[in-house]
Amino acid sequence: MKTLMGLSLTGVALLPLSIWAASTEYQDIERGRYISVLGDCAACHTADDSQPFSGGVALETPFGTLVAPNITPDPETGLGRWRYEDFKAAMTEGIGKGGYHLYPAMPYPSYTLMPEKDIHDLWSYLQTVTPVENDVEANQLPFPFSIRQVMMGWNWLNFDEKTFEPDPEQSDEINRGAYLVESLGHCGTCHTPRNFMGGEGGDKFAGATIEGWYAPNITPNAHIGIGGWSEDELVEYLQTGGNRFDFASGPMADEVHHSSQHWTDDDLYAVARYLLSGAGLESDDWDREPPEPLSEDNAQVRAGSHIYFDRCSGCHTSDGGGEYGIFPQLASNPVVNGDNTSSLIRVVLAGSRPVATDAKPTAPAMPSFAWNLSDEEIASVLTFVRNSWGNAAAAVSPGDVADMREALTGE
Amino acid sequence: MATKLPPTDAVVVGLGWAGAIIANELVDAGLKVVGVERGPWRDTAKDFNIASVTDELRYSQRQELMLRTAQNTITMRNNPSQTALPMRKWGSFHPGNGTGGAGNHWAGITFRFQPEEFRLRSHLEERYGADSIPEELSLQDWGTDWSEMEPFYDAFEKIAGTSGRAGNLVSGKQAGGNPFEGARSSDYPTPPLRQPYSPTLFAETAREMGYQPFPVPSSLVSETYTNPLGVTMGPCTFCGFCTNYGCANYSKASAITTVLPALIRKNNFEARTHCEVLRVTTDSDGRRATGIVYVDSAGRQWEQPAEIVVIAAFTFENVRLMLTSNIGEAYDPTTRRGTTGRNYAYQTANSVQLFFDDKNFNPFIGAGAVGMGIDEFNNDNFDHSGLGFFGGGSTRVTPIGATPIQARPTPPGTPRWGSRWKRATVDNYASTMSIGCEASNYSSPNNYLSLDPTYRDRLGRPLLRITFDFTDNDLRMAQYVTEKTAEIARRMNPREIVASPRIGPWDGRPYQSSHVVGGFVMGADPGTSSVNKYLQVWDVPNLFVVGASAFPQNPGYNPTGTVGALAFKAADGIINHYLRSPGEMIST
Repeated sequence: MKTLMGLSLTGVALLPLSIWAASTEYQDIERGRYISVLGDCAACHTADDSQPFSGGVALETPFGTLVAPNITPDPETGLGRWRYEDFKAAMTEGIGKGGYHLYPAMPYPSYTLMPEKDIHDLWSYLQTVTPVENDVEANQLPFPFSIRQVMMGWNWLNFDEKTFEPDPEQSDEINRGAYLVESLGHCGTCHTPRNFMGGEGGDKFAGATIEGWYAPNITPNAHIGIGGWSEDELVEYLQTGGNRFDFASGPMADEVHHSSQHWTDDDLYAVARYLLSGAGLESDDWDREPPEPLSEDNAQVRAGSHIYFDRCSGCHTSDGGGEYGIFPQLASNPVVNGDNTSSLIRVVLAGSRPVATDAKPTAPAMPSFAWNLSDEEIASVLTFVRNSWGNAAAAVSPGDVADMREALTGE
Repeated sequence: MATKLPPTDAVVVGLGWAGAIIANELVDAGLKVVGVERGPWRDTAKDFNIASVTDELRYSQRQELMLRTAQNTITMRNNPSQTALPMRKWGSFHPGNGTGGAGNHWAGITFRFQPEEFRLRSHLEERYGADSIPEELSLQDWGTDWSEMEPFYDAFEKIAGTSGRAGNLVSGKQAGGNPFEGARSSDYPTPPLRQPYSPTLFAETAREMGYQPFPVPSSLVSETYTNPLGVTMGPCTFCGFCTNYGCANYSKASAITTVLPALIRKNNFEARTHCEVLRVTTDSDGRRATGIVYVDSAGRQWEQPAEIVVIAAFTFENVRLMLTSNIGEAYDPTTRRGTTGRNYAYQTANSVQLFFDDKNFNPFIGAGAVGMGIDEFNNDNFDHSGLGFFGGGSTRVTPIGATPIQARPTPPGTPRWGSRWKRATVDNYASTMSIGCEASNYSSPNNYLSLDPTYRDRLGRPLLRITFDFTDNDLRMAQYVTEKTAEIARRMNPREIVASPRIGPWDGRPYQSSHVVGGFVMGADPGTSSVNKYLQVWDVPNLFVVGASAFPQNPGYNPTGTVGALAFKAADGIINHYLRSPGEMIST
């Protein structure tokens, strides 16, 4: 079934409606279940694993809190009274039943690309999940964002309703990857910086801050993006939660846990091939020369080297090579070289526990150093790490560490 | 009264090495398993943070990882003429608590027992004559043999990632390994750790003297290792905070670093922590275990019915649970009838300290199980004719790390406080090493475990009472092996040596070893053993009691490798034999 799924989907978009509309077969529902996994619906709509899709996950946005609604077939509190057309309008236009506007925390700007067959199968599957009575107050935004009509203007500026069109110049696999990345996977929702309105702006996949974590650059840039990763390494990351550079933590841990560890190999390789090809990027802006590393004589680099050997090298090793499968390699690590240091500062201060998967159950933790390293020391050690073993990036300022420390303490 | 819970296929008591291994095997065989653990859930990320784990006051002095004696302890005496008193601070041994058990704070030394050990009585009678074993020793065969044990040792080492160098593969002897070990089906999963200076020096001298030194087998992995359950460990960094500490680097094998991360993800397994088991319940004629009763942290009692009951706690608690649950007949030292509590044994720890002037051992570089050893004077590897004792010890240098509070190596004659003591510490800290000889302890009819008539735990149950002293056999052995060790020490040409053979009587205050064994031993004869070779309780076929409590005596080796192997053996017995005809004793 896995192979069949991978090969057939790109063609499916072109099938006439009549072939599948007549009946809802088991395989359509199963296909819809897999689409719900690809789309990671559970990430927002499942707060309690024992009551799937009954809503309740709170999303902290720059504009306020939104809570994902109940999408089980419960008639009062879920989608029980919706028709397929209502669901389709929500997915493709961002319009809920009765005509109200959804907020784009629901990634309809991505889902609009879904071919109708996929939307219908997903709907068929959602009809089969256990109805749960759970009344969710979705809109908890403050005025004026609480007025849903503001989304009309937002949509006009930030949203194009269109179905995914395969690029005839590209292979089926790249097209499948494009569809998964741009639509169901909605990678850009986290990895593309948002403009002041919260819409996905330029610098596609260049990395963005979400929920206090930095979703890193996933362009093919070899220094700060994932261009240094092989297809196998990218697939390993998405499927098992870790590779030699990194373990998924923060919101990406949820993504691996609920979604990508369950994707087929074919789909994961399609995604890897598409992302590493740069095919989805409009310009070559990502292909920048890396900066020169700071000198070993830099005061922060020098202080940081001592801290690194005392505190870090036991696990990450003295040459920054790490230990495969347990301690991430820091040398040539795009997250280390990235422009935004918030995740780096965060893991040193607060520690981090990556996702445990069946393939990699260990979930080795980064301990917290908040209690025994000062802001200056953390800034120095990160500056050292960012400018050693082939890494090169701007110094980290103690002020940034202080800000993160304050933000974490307030959490 | 206890609230009855829905039944489960198997309940496993204790989530240390033995319990975690068995639970995982049973879960993989499709059984629904509930694991019950008296202590907390322990986890490397949460509990053994590298930024805070190297705290000698907290872990070594204040015994953070050990069972609280206020929760449960033992009483002790040397012989039946004395009145036993409770141990209120752990001294002689360090029972663990929580998931991982004592396997969190163990040293990591992972020997396999030698083939002769499993038929020790038969072996000694064959070699030295039918009446050669003195009356004061109750040595026994285990009811199993090397060929049955080897696959399970192999399975345990692959779980733990054990590092070492094979000395004896089935394909032939290997240079550089232990020539006395039983033939192995495969080499160690990871190569030996690199050796610090003191074991290197010891090995050079031992080699010059014609001995065959080998790297001490160690479940501290030497390189990144992913075990068959998919759990990954990182290489040991010789941090020196190992024995008595949890490992922050995922280097020291324990149930929490090798089994539980995979086991806890499986849907048919459930762990209940902070739940202390009160007793095993049986049907009216006592021939079937019906489950267990435990008390949770809020003081509520629960009955967990189960088709199979596995007791895999520490030696002491295994035996106490059998005594309080009236499983088997309590051992009586006067009549020598009864098997529950019989053949309790310990370890005979000896050492020689070496003070040098011209050496710097950098003793803070250490690990619980890095070092070099020789086995020429262990077990029956040397001719005991005319020596007046049986047994021997594993002679080795294993620098565990010289920590700031405890490591005060001062020569005899140094005051115990003041400026001269401080001066002597400075002078000797870096230039002192020691050679240990971890020697056998052979069981005796006078050494046994029973319920204390006076002292009770917080739940009103009698404490376990240890009646133990070193036998003349063991004290003579200690003198002999310590002198052999001192010969090597002198050859290393130090300024001064201090030889410390174990002397009697057993003193429960100084730490000696946590290798307490026996009391519910395995064997082929129900008259002298409590469990058969599958760790299945005689006459209670659905009850399995697993751990070092099954050792009929203790050879000159650390027990954990054998505890792990027995756990796999018990799981194999349940899955491949018991489940084919449930409710019956396994006959093959």
